[in-house]
Amino acid sequence: MSSEPNQNINSTITPSNNTNGVPPKIHDAVIRLAGNSQDGIQAVGAILARLAGRSDQDVMTYMTIPSTISGGPSIFQVRIGSGEVMSSGDEADFLVAFYQHSYEEHISSLKKGGILLYDSDHVTPNLDDRNYKYVGIPISGLTVEAIGGTARDKGKNMFLLGSLTKIFNLDLVKVERLLNEKFKSKDESIINTVMSAFHAGHGYDTGNIIGLYQFESVKRADGRAQVTMTGNEALSLGAIAGGIRFGSAYPITPWSDIMEYLRRELPKYGGLFIQAEDELGAISMAIGGSYAGKLALTGSSGPGISLKCEAISYAVMAEIPLIIVDVQRGGPSTGLPTNAEQSDLYIACFGGHGDAPRVVLAPNSVEDCFYLTIEAINIAREYSTPVIILSDQAIATRIEAFAEPDLQKYVQDITPDFKPKPVGWKPYTLDGLTHHAPPGTFMSDGRYPLVTGLEHDEYGHPTGKPVLHKLMTEKRREKIKKIAEKLPPSTLYGPNEGNVLLVSWGSSWGPVCEAVDKGRASGKSVSALNIRYVNPLPNGLDNIFAGFNAVCVVELNDQGLYGYGQLASLLRMKYCDPKIKSITKADGLTFKVSEILDAIKEYTGTETLDPVKA
Amino acid sequence: MNATLPTPNSTQIKSEPVDLTERPSLENRSKYTKKDLTADHPTWCPGCGDFGVLALYYKLLEKKQYPVENITTIAGIGCSSRFPYFVNGHGAHFIHGRAVAFATGVSLSRPDLHVFTFGGDGDAFSIGGNHLEHAARRNVNMTYVIMDNNVYGLTKKQTSPTSPIGFKSKTDPWGAFDYPINPMKKLISSGATFIARGTTTNAAHLSKLFERAADHNGFSVIHVLSECVEFFAGAFDSANPRKGGIFREIEEKKNDGTPEDNKRHDVSNELAAYKLAQDDFPGWFGVFHEINRPTKNQQEWKVIENARAKSNNASAIELLQQTFDRLK
Repeated sequence: MSSEPNQNINSTITPSNNTNGVPPKIHDAVIRLAGNSQDGIQAVGAILARLAGRSDQDVMTYMTIPSTISGGPSIFQVRIGSGEVMSSGDEADFLVAFYQHSYEEHISSLKKGGILLYDSDHVTPNLDDRNYKYVGIPISGLTVEAIGGTARDKGKNMFLLGSLTKIFNLDLVKVERLLNEKFKSKDESIINTVMSAFHAGHGYDTGNIIGLYQFESVKRADGRAQVTMTGNEALSLGAIAGGIRFGSAYPITPWSDIMEYLRRELPKYGGLFIQAEDELGAISMAIGGSYAGKLALTGSSGPGISLKCEAISYAVMAEIPLIIVDVQRGGPSTGLPTNAEQSDLYIACFGGHGDAPRVVLAPNSVEDCFYLTIEAINIAREYSTPVIILSDQAIATRIEAFAEPDLQKYVQDITPDFKPKPVGWKPYTLDGLTHHAPPGTFMSDGRYPLVTGLEHDEYGHPTGKPVLHKLMTEKRREKIKKIAEKLPPSTLYGPNEGNVLLVSWGSSWGPVCEAVDKGRASGKSVSALNIRYVNPLPNGLDNIFAGFNAVCVVELNDQGLYGYGQLASLLRMKYCDPKIKSITKADGLTFKVSEILDAIKEYTGTETLDPVKA
Repeated sequence: MNATLPTPNSTQIKSEPVDLTERPSLENRSKYTKKDLTADHPTWCPGCGDFGVLALYYKLLEKKQYPVENITTIAGIGCSSRFPYFVNGHGAHFIHGRAVAFATGVSLSRPDLHVFTFGGDGDAFSIGGNHLEHAARRNVNMTYVIMDNNVYGLTKKQTSPTSPIGFKSKTDPWGAFDYPINPMKKLISSGATFIARGTTTNAAHLSKLFERAADHNGFSVIHVLSECVEFFAGAFDSANPRKGGIFREIEEKKNDGTPEDNKRHDVSNELAAYKLAQDDFPGWFGVFHEINRPTKNQQEWKVIENARAKSNNASAIELLQQTFDRLK
């Protein structure tokens, strides 16, 4: 294998914009890194994302990791843009392939005219395919050379980062600072190795593609610094800011990050998070914590959520406040543990036995994971109800940059109130909201309350009286319905009238907004609406729907036996409106903008629907 | 072993400061009595063994006089699990099999409470077997009373995990043939730090076990033979001298140096406990095993104290700000 530089560069980039030495400004680039899971490409991707966030660029990443313990193909996609980045991108502008299988698997994701950077020690691309430009670097060989030859595969990622820094004209000082921060707790020899590999990559001459890219730095209007993190991190931080100090869970991908984070971080705040023996124990401990006055958080992914359903029904019956996070993945059963799917909406809204209404919220971005979790906490406390947060793998694992939250405004203390209860106090009052008196609360009339899953009277004592079961069932239903009245008005992306309204929930919101932009740019009459409050649905959606000829619900799940996705079915159930259509997909991958635009073709065509308005 | 560990209810276990200002101070309160502690009239059948356990619980609380608002009575599902309704104190009636997990959440989040969990053989050894083992090995601070009647009574006579071979139930009309669980062996192997066995037909003996269990720092469990007069009458006659049986009481080592002390049971000896558990029904009564091991409560709160000290008791806003600064 030759390590002679540049021999494989046969790119024919014309430096048309580069004649006077000023690199062209690239506003938006999708960089896909493909290798194996142990290559550390996630680390490279994360550093690029963090760097972009620090440089006031918008950034979004997309990651697939194999569920095998170590090894196996893995990708990390970073999209860096100077404007608002809403999805991780349909096609890559720049593909890095570490291995032949990475090349073969991902070359089709590269845009025509895009650049393939490959490790020429492992990859032999088809150079006759003139659709792409090729840059071969003997990454493996040069890394071994740079760091002294002992470490085999280690350090390749840092060499690559060096090359990317050069190619994308990134701020060298900032990258070095990030590397120092990342490895500062490690041995000095490790930092030296990292830096040697990094500088070798940075010093390597990749020829005329250097200088092709330079991102524009846009000063943010709001003036707040950007923070860069995954959705799971944002959700964990939202929980801490919202006041959660107790919880319990059982590990499952992709939920585990959150429990690991809370287990590690909560003690600093005087709280604790327990690893339970199983999913049933986890939610039971969490309900125990909430009963004892510490609003608790538990969570899981699909299979674990189904195990928790009996206890969710208990929490509804006993009116226990509780936060349940469901980081959805491909199902049913073990399904696709490391892929994205939005197929737990039904179980979140309806999972459990009996008439058990509960609240379900879905964050639509990494940033939203932070704020929505605080909202969930406040709803759970005010209405003494379980609240399910429906995140998904796509939001959970991707990295986004967003404006740092105003902590003074959002951090709250929810330490329980142990003030003695007055004479005649009742936990399950029929004419008001239930707010329990946790143990430790002195009862002035000497009558202590019970919390129970049996149908009960206002004091929590069991009753089989038909009228009480009727009244209590109504109470539990009406309090959830009341939440809908208080929800903020739903906002639209795009005009409030037109041909097609795209409705989405969760991680599909980004691609949906981008579809609106692209659709409108090509003259189509499209707007979008995000459903953050899945259950209860906010009031007034019918007024919004009235402005459109077709309402297309875009979601990552199957059309089911009756031809509609899960949110589409819920909306049809509520509004009985035949113009509610369904766009579903179950391949375990997030929506591409082009897939959405293709799916709505039949509704955006003027001949089919416009006459209705004419 | 672990001589430096705090004793039960030690001030070393801290919770968040609880505002006591509006509560009547403990000195100014009159002692509560059984009458204050009674609530709903028990729904158990006349003659049920569970009445005996309830009476001993009242007696224990009357004697201990814990602040009444800090007593927490928890149960799962079953006849015995109706318990919290009959006690006028904070209580929770949870789902089948998960009472111990629920109680774990209460105990760990609120180390200032006195947590008592009640349940039957179905809750403990069948549907909830996993939680029992894990609460025991973690040594979560609580007292768990298992009222074993060898039958499912609430659902009207199905085989239970402790039903003896040959027991005719509605689910085994020809007589049960699944080998029953040996509760004491299971409890010993699970790692519980206080394990005792009693029967409702010897209240004086059971009462002493209750007190020792309540005083134990850690997971204390009492297996109580509590007869179901409706569906398995006479199940425990062989342990009742009044019915012609024998009550074999464990004699514990006194460490008095006498030769007869060598024959007595060493409660810290796990193997000796197994040997006692090995004996045929009705077996032995008393304390099988008692050791001192750090509780999960203590260890979790030690982690919290260390973390708080390391961060110089920074406020939540300060700590979160530090985290966000690292993510910039």
